[in-house]
Amino acid sequence: MKKFLSIILAAALIFSLAACGETTESTADSGSQSQAEQTTPEEAAVTVKAGFICLHDEQSTYDLNFINAAKEACEKLGIEYVIKTGIDESEECLTAAEELVEDEGCNYIFADSFGHEPFIMQAAEQYPEVQFVHATGTHAHNANIANFHNAFAAIYEGRYLAGVAAGLKLNEMIADGTITAEQAKVGYVGAFPYAEVISGYTSWFLGVRSQCPTVTMEVSYTSSWYDESAEYETAKSLIANGCVLISQHADSMGAPRACEESKVPNVSYNGSTKEVGPTTFIVSSRINWVPFFEYSIGAVMAGESFDADWTGTIATGSVVLTEVNTDAAAEGTQEKIDEIKAQFEAGTLKVFDTTTFTKDGVNLTSYLADVDDAGDYQPETEVIADGYFHESEYRSAPYFDIIIDGITVLGQ
Amino acid sequence: MNKTPFIHITKRMDVGRPRAYLFRAISILLAFVVIGIVTTILTGENPFAVYTSLFNGALGSVRKVWVLFQNLSILLCVGLALAPAFRMRFWNLGGDGQVLVGCIAASCVMLFLGKTVPHGLLIVLTLVASITAGALWGLIPAFFKAKWNTNETLFTLMMNYVAAQLASFFITSWSKDGSAKIGIINPQTHAGWLPEIGNKYLLIILIVTTLTVLMYVYMKYTKQGYEISVVGESERTAKYIGIKVNKVILRTMILSGALCGLTGFLLVSAKDHTLTTTMVDGRGFTAVIVAWLAKFNPFTMILTAFLIVFLNLGSNQITTTLGLNSSFGDIITGIILFFIIGSEFFINYKISFPRFAKGDE
Repeated sequence: MKKFLSIILAAALIFSLAACGETTESTADSGSQSQAEQTTPEEAAVTVKAGFICLHDEQSTYDLNFINAAKEACEKLGIEYVIKTGIDESEECLTAAEELVEDEGCNYIFADSFGHEPFIMQAAEQYPEVQFVHATGTHAHNANIANFHNAFAAIYEGRYLAGVAAGLKLNEMIADGTITAEQAKVGYVGAFPYAEVISGYTSWFLGVRSQCPTVTMEVSYTSSWYDESAEYETAKSLIANGCVLISQHADSMGAPRACEESKVPNVSYNGSTKEVGPTTFIVSSRINWVPFFEYSIGAVMAGESFDADWTGTIATGSVVLTEVNTDAAAEGTQEKIDEIKAQFEAGTLKVFDTTTFTKDGVNLTSYLADVDDAGDYQPETEVIADGYFHESEYRSAPYFDIIIDGITVLGQ
Repeated sequence: MNKTPFIHITKRMDVGRPRAYLFRAISILLAFVVIGIVTTILTGENPFAVYTSLFNGALGSVRKVWVLFQNLSILLCVGLALAPAFRMRFWNLGGDGQVLVGCIAASCVMLFLGKTVPHGLLIVLTLVASITAGALWGLIPAFFKAKWNTNETLFTLMMNYVAAQLASFFITSWSKDGSAKIGIINPQTHAGWLPEIGNKYLLIILIVTTLTVLMYVYMKYTKQGYEISVVGESERTAKYIGIKVNKVILRTMILSGALCGLTGFLLVSAKDHTLTTTMVDGRGFTAVIVAWLAKFNPFTMILTAFLIVFLNLGSNQITTTLGLNSSFGDIITGIILFFIIGSEFFINYKISFPRFAKGDE
């Protein structure tokens, strides 16, 4: 026994020595790296260290989109950054913010998930000298906390463009006899019946219908923002229900995987899912967060203030589409997308043009939405004017929550 | 033909305490060496950067130490809840669900009575509701076990999923904007929030410290504690000396569930002030390791809970500092637990290689 132990100990000693031998090199290496990171442009008035709080890690397409943008923007700006992943929407979020500020020395904090908001607001009050930004939140526009900000983008325009690609695909399927015009039914895997999701699928559906007028849509909710098996199963059941094309607003690879298995075309969100759907992935809309990070972090570096509630657009480069997958998309998809994108940029096309959709057979002329989100859940702001629904204009987070004709929500 | 076996495992009868602790210390040391090697091989990172982050993450600043002890207290509280059931050989794997129903009950009271009931009374009601909910969640499998001798391992385990579904259901129905987020409960009035003593961490720590002492006394010095041990050792003996086994099972599981419910109360009313489906964070399972490693001794459980929370916070820091995937933290925790559990084997059994090590015995 003694011999056995001594052999193990000796082995351990040798291994740990070997490990020591390798360490010195990498210490020197990381030392020079961090030095390079610290050299900020000379004109910067304030040295910024950014901290990012993410709900999940890069396994989630939603979080991955933030993580990639955070890295890209910080490297462009030449600042140090820390990314915390897997931060729950509870006190853990406040603890994470406290750690980033006090232990890591961050003076710019960004949180990526809807449920983080109340905790980020608490942190903002706790550290008035640090700038806090929260994506998808609804309170900064009227909370009057000087160092608390919301940001989102007019992603409904991107969704519409992705919908156009889907509409062209349906037309192609009708033309080659795969389906009839009446069978043009698309399916949507949603997370929750929340305005951000409803706005997303409605704009996508309007995009599809702009190309393929006979289309209808079935929506099914998973009741989770991230549940790979639920998203997979939901997509499968929509397909079994006769949906010939699927899109989703849920953050895993579940739906794209189900589509690839069933050879049903898929339009994604948050980023390309071509990796799991090489023959079915058509295109994906996503918010590019780099312009916002550059804008807001740049402002902090220059010692300036920045918007309390910021909405990115196609013009700011925040609303983007991934590359079109020519193995799955219809002929001429890219050209059509470019054409309609130009109409958005010129302001001649509105996604929520009230002449293009009805509710219970009627074209809406007036609609009140709960924009202030004061906790009363009572709508108070008129959002239809000049013939269209003014989405993301009164606050960045979406508030379009109408289930329009042509869309059926399953299980209700 | 050599008939001598290659490997020979015998039960040790004579391991002294100092020797046992030496074994454990060596196993932890070995675990750290293996972590260093694994890290270097997988990521090319300096293993000392890993050790530094591990310690910094858990003990790097005064605030982190407070966070560590707060987390330790919550985990220990679940461990304390499980200990009597485990000592009775009732495998309560339903800690997660019992805590979660406690959380649901607490948030329900805070949400719906927050505006009408005076603050002090509201806290009492919240506490009573969580404890009752937890106790009920513990009692159901115990009742089936006592009545029809169902398998409590499976039953308690499945009750976790029922609780998780209930949590999702209530969160969805209580969130009015459809986002399925409750947000902070009573953010302005703080109705139902336990007061802070000094800082927001201390009260939980004090409550759980008191519970630890009480549980030690209960298990070691009371008649009920003795009955639990006897039932755990042998049900037949218990019956023979006149202990009503079913009564002990029911009573102990009510206690176990109630303490889990209390943990839920602490989570909602003192720590998180919200309800999410993930807030229990697997503590019901982690606490099984805490209780087992400590052989159900409440004071030793402080040490094992410390070890687990330390590893957890430390490995999170590693993930952040070195920019690794969060699974890497789990790998590190896994390695250390593997070695610690492994050391228990070497403490209890002796391995010899008769073919090679003749004369070494």
